[in-house]
Amino acid sequence: MVGTIAVSSVDLARVQFATTSLYHFLFVPLTLGLAPFVAVMQTIWYRTGDERWLRLTRFFGTLMLINFAIGVATGLVQEFQFGMNWSIYSEYVGDVFGAPLAIEGLAAFFLESTFLGLWIFGWDRLSRRVHLATVWLFALGSWLSALFIMVANSWMQRPVGSTVTDGRAELTSVWELLTNRFAIYAFTHVLLVGLTTAAVVVFGVACWHLVRGRNAELFRPAVKLALIVGVPISAVNLLVGSHLGIVVTDYQPMKIAATEALWDTEQPAAFSVFQIGGFSKDDQTPSFDIEIPRLLSFLATGSFSGKVEGINTLQAEAEAQYGSGNYTPPVRTTYWSMRVMAYLGTLVFLVLAVGAFFFWRGTLETKRWFLWVGVLTIPLPYLSALAGWVLSEVGRQPWIVWGLLKTSDANSPSVSTATIWLSLAVFAGLYGALAVVDFVLMRRYARLDPPEVGGEDDEFAVPAVSY
Amino acid sequence: MDLETFWFVLIAILWAGYFVLEGFDFGVGMLLPFLPRGEEDRRTMLGTIGPVWDGNEVWLVVAGGATFAAFPAWYATMFSGFYVALLLVLVFLIIRVVSFEWRAKSESDGWRSVWTWANTVGSAGAALVWGVGLSNLVYGVPINSDGDFAGDLADLFSPYTVAAGIAVVLLFAFHGATFLTLRTAGELRQRAEGAARRLSIPAALVAAAFLVWTVGVAMDRNDKDIFPPALPAALAIAALVLAVVFLFMGRTGRAFAMTALGTIAAVATLFTSLYPRVMVSSPDFENSLTVDGAASSHYALAVMTVVAVIFVPIVLLYQGWTYYVFRRRLGLDETAAETSDAGAHA
Repeated sequence: MVGTIAVSSVDLARVQFATTSLYHFLFVPLTLGLAPFVAVMQTIWYRTGDERWLRLTRFFGTLMLINFAIGVATGLVQEFQFGMNWSIYSEYVGDVFGAPLAIEGLAAFFLESTFLGLWIFGWDRLSRRVHLATVWLFALGSWLSALFIMVANSWMQRPVGSTVTDGRAELTSVWELLTNRFAIYAFTHVLLVGLTTAAVVVFGVACWHLVRGRNAELFRPAVKLALIVGVPISAVNLLVGSHLGIVVTDYQPMKIAATEALWDTEQPAAFSVFQIGGFSKDDQTPSFDIEIPRLLSFLATGSFSGKVEGINTLQAEAEAQYGSGNYTPPVRTTYWSMRVMAYLGTLVFLVLAVGAFFFWRGTLETKRWFLWVGVLTIPLPYLSALAGWVLSEVGRQPWIVWGLLKTSDANSPSVSTATIWLSLAVFAGLYGALAVVDFVLMRRYARLDPPEVGGEDDEFAVPAVSY
Repeated sequence: MDLETFWFVLIAILWAGYFVLEGFDFGVGMLLPFLPRGEEDRRTMLGTIGPVWDGNEVWLVVAGGATFAAFPAWYATMFSGFYVALLLVLVFLIIRVVSFEWRAKSESDGWRSVWTWANTVGSAGAALVWGVGLSNLVYGVPINSDGDFAGDLADLFSPYTVAAGIAVVLLFAFHGATFLTLRTAGELRQRAEGAARRLSIPAALVAAAFLVWTVGVAMDRNDKDIFPPALPAALAIAALVLAVVFLFMGRTGRAFAMTALGTIAAVATLFTSLYPRVMVSSPDFENSLTVDGAASSHYALAVMTVVAVIFVPIVLLYQGWTYYVFRRRLGLDETAAETSDAGAHA
């Protein structure tokens, strides 16, 4: 009985962490990507004096602010939640994992929040040059905060620069922590995801205005900027994400094996494009599948003849190393989350590439069907990014810190199931309401006509955080 | 000073920074339904804290992060033990963030009134829970021999901790009203000054009672002598008395300096009463968490000390600069210009 209760409170804590984190990450990539977009727009205005860029700066700046405020509110929940639901984890990892979080606050959050306030309210209090600097510093702050979060998360994936003493992890080298190969790839990947997301949002919103035949002279340059950034960045992102797979193979071979539903070691290994069945220990052979020979070897090892270890071998190895238990992450979830992430990521690149082709030919604005495709692409980078986090975190199970601490041993012993139910219900209600209102607001502001600068009806430019 | 003590002091400073800064924006939020004559005034009040409240809240984020990093055992026991209280804080802070954002998004009176009250409830609620929560660190909560919280929500409420919550709410309301006297003009400013005067004596009395009580609690329940906790307590009481005096002399700038000093000294009283423990256990005092027992390794603390020594002064510089940039009063003479500025260019 006690066992049952313990299991269910871990499960509830996991459900709460997964939902609040995924929700939080709905807002993060757009902030990471839109901040430099807005900064570039304002820079172009500063350099050329072309008022269209000022109007675009205000227009996309408003979307950035609505988005950022929810990110702040939900980010606080993330910080508190480690201690609230995962006290054993917190005590175990604080020495190592806490450092990047504390540094994030000192070096990044202060920068982000303070300079965002200056940017919003400083239009007529600061010189144009200083005001321009504030938006760049805001962007820098958001990138730094992503850096430290990815350093912290990457340590959970591949614990380096630390040792375990008296049942607790202790930091031994901050340099190793910061230069974790996993962190370098994961951070780059997240930044590129952010820029891709912002490019798609700018492109999609611009397409919506173009399809309505509105503000074409304004949104044409926005389309151009989105494509110049979006096409190469989304392509590079596919490469970086793919290379992250090779890094994962080195440090978390079981994650790759589960993601590929690869039960037996293969050399060379084929990539499964789509399969039905084959996702559980009792059903290791799919009833239907489409495979590309040798591709998995290439994706996982960088060589078309590389050996990829299977789940059965790795499970046996893990039991030999850590004692009996299940060391296989949920196969079906990781398999499909990887494919949703990769297929949608590729689709996003293709849409942007085709858009660039039409734009270069000068026919984009006449192709109404494609403008609608541009609008409908907006959700795709979000879904792709969320699937990526599901893959990364679910694929790490049963570990909360790879090879060191299991998720089932990490939750708060003093917190009852009923209490977690309460907080889960509170967050579900609150976040649900926020999502609805935020979506309505974003849609409304994305559809408004950017007004003339200094015009009477400048109400549009009222930012999220002014009154 | 060893690194453990340095980080204990730094965390106290972060909380003091949070209380001083977010204290006045909580105070402004609490007064939001009561002070203004109309929508114009309300927007002016929100405008006084608009550029800064988000940066102020980061002090809390950093205090939390620093506790996690420097004293993992403290962070783990406090955050899991004060679960429902912290859940409440999160709800209050979230509805407050959202109220800032969404209040102006519709012209409807009903909509605005809902978000005005959301801001007020969020501000007062968060202040109350912080008062109750932090005072429990000194008062003591049940902790078992594993260092885990072993009580329930009811254990957080005692006459002392409830008094602490009320003291924090009153102090922040007083601090916020005094802040408004500096940042508004005309009739709104006079009304702010009137509110500050009415709040000043009750706030100072309740806060003084709480401070004396804290020193008593520290001696009774945390094995402290009357000194040093009595020193910051005396300083806080003196500052609050001076704040009242300055306010009635019409010297609102000095009064604000004194409410700020009083708030800092009150936080200092709490942390001085706590040291060398970080969380007192009651009834089993020997299970109390200590600065040395809860701290991270020397190396981790050393790394973070380097980061803190570099970044804290930089943060103070640019946050201070923000207040300089937005030093101009908002209100009457400039109302039209200011609100349309805030509207048009913000």
